[in-house]
Amino acid sequence: MTTTDKIMAYRRENGRVGVRNHVVILPVDDISNAACEAVANNIKGTMALPHSYGRLQFGEDLELHFRTMIGTGANPNVAACIVIGIEPGWTQRIADGIAETGKPVAAYSIEQHGDINTIATASRKAKDFVHWATELQREECDMSELWVSTKCGESDTTTGLGSCPTVGNMYDKLLPKGIYGCFGETSEITGGEHLCQARGANKEAGDKFMEIWQAYMDDVIEPNKTSDLSESQPTMGNIEGGLTTIEEKALGNLEKIGRTSTYIDAVGPAVAPEKGPGLYFMDTSSAAAECVTLMGAAGFVVHTFPTGQGNIVGNPIVPVIKISANPRTVRTMSEHIDCDVTGILTREMTIDQAGDELIEMIRRTANGRSTAAEALGHKEFVMTKLYRSA
Amino acid sequence: MSIPQLLVHNAEDNVGVVVVEGLTAGTEMLCVVTHDNTDFTLTAKADVPIGHKIALSDLTEGDTITKYGEDIGKMVGPCEKGGHVHVHNLKTKRW
Repeated sequence: MTTTDKIMAYRRENGRVGVRNHVVILPVDDISNAACEAVANNIKGTMALPHSYGRLQFGEDLELHFRTMIGTGANPNVAACIVIGIEPGWTQRIADGIAETGKPVAAYSIEQHGDINTIATASRKAKDFVHWATELQREECDMSELWVSTKCGESDTTTGLGSCPTVGNMYDKLLPKGIYGCFGETSEITGGEHLCQARGANKEAGDKFMEIWQAYMDDVIEPNKTSDLSESQPTMGNIEGGLTTIEEKALGNLEKIGRTSTYIDAVGPAVAPEKGPGLYFMDTSSAAAECVTLMGAAGFVVHTFPTGQGNIVGNPIVPVIKISANPRTVRTMSEHIDCDVTGILTREMTIDQAGDELIEMIRRTANGRSTAAEALGHKEFVMTKLYRSA
Repeated sequence: MSIPQLLVHNAEDNVGVVVVEGLTAGTEMLCVVTHDNTDFTLTAKADVPIGHKIALSDLTEGDTITKYGEDIGKMVGPCEKGGHVHVHNLKTKRW
């Protein structure tokens, strides 16, 4: 790839480049899901993003909720957004946050109107948004303007040998061109935390990662663990695929950041990068849907997802590209795989060639090719919850 | 080069990964070290599924297992050279 490699994408009001053109109906809280789904049912070409939270949260957990909601609406893959909540205060706060991007946003609250009137009013606005969004044209943008995140799932030993190094090779090639990259999975770096710390672009970034990792160990693992994390880290799927220990899993996981890439900052969940183009570590769960949702909320528009045993996750607003080197998975679950790199295991394909194939699949996906997860209707949108609500 | 049955990340590793389906005990495996593309042969001592690990030397309880050139845990039981290394004989040192 060269910096002149072009894609046809959507240039948003704030200058960011989106690769999808969704009109989203976003519920502020669990009890507004029904109204959002009704609007999405009324107006074709819109999509509701139901989720389970948004009531009685407080402190950092509430801030994360707002950040995820606002960030999802603000993502460049979203053309316009309707926000519906039970009461007007938080609903407007989220709508205002999204509106900072310059995109069309409208907010509706249900109290003193009821579901039916709210649905009727919001549906009329949603229809206007669909007419507006469907007239937007893709235009020529530079591939280097893409924000590309990564997270692996249902990993096995083939991910460490094939699909994760493929993503790493892509980052080694595209980060120097000016893309934004993001990896996370705090718990899954356990066993390789010293190696991850050393991949900070500077001491500050490395130390910041280490603080995040240590806080997770102290606050979550230590108070809650049983004798070990067996069957969760590694998962039953990981173990079936031959991964035995968390250290082994972590080392495979870290292959995703390549040979030469270094991260310039370590950020909190759903926090948008603030230090310019480059690679970022994000504090995320290692659960696929939560992680992809957080990265989408931070503004990433394409996700690369290495899998060994066959994680089938998708995201409603971010195309998730599946990469696998496991021949059994590619044979038995071919409909889920976008990028087949099994040739790495048979020594018929180099990591360098696989990286080029992934870059080509990113380009095609950015141009509009539906990913396997999109074609199969995978829309997993999962909020991360930090602690119990009040 | 013919297709290998076992891939080893690093020259100092003491386990490799089966990369073919249906590997049976007694198979003389072509093993490739991905880091430097060197190869050697080893006889599998067990039926080992794709993705699972095989010992490159005789291992005893307490031995550290190295993969990617890094410590991935310790043996909690023995395993002969060519045998299957997994959750029954290898554990994390972490938790």
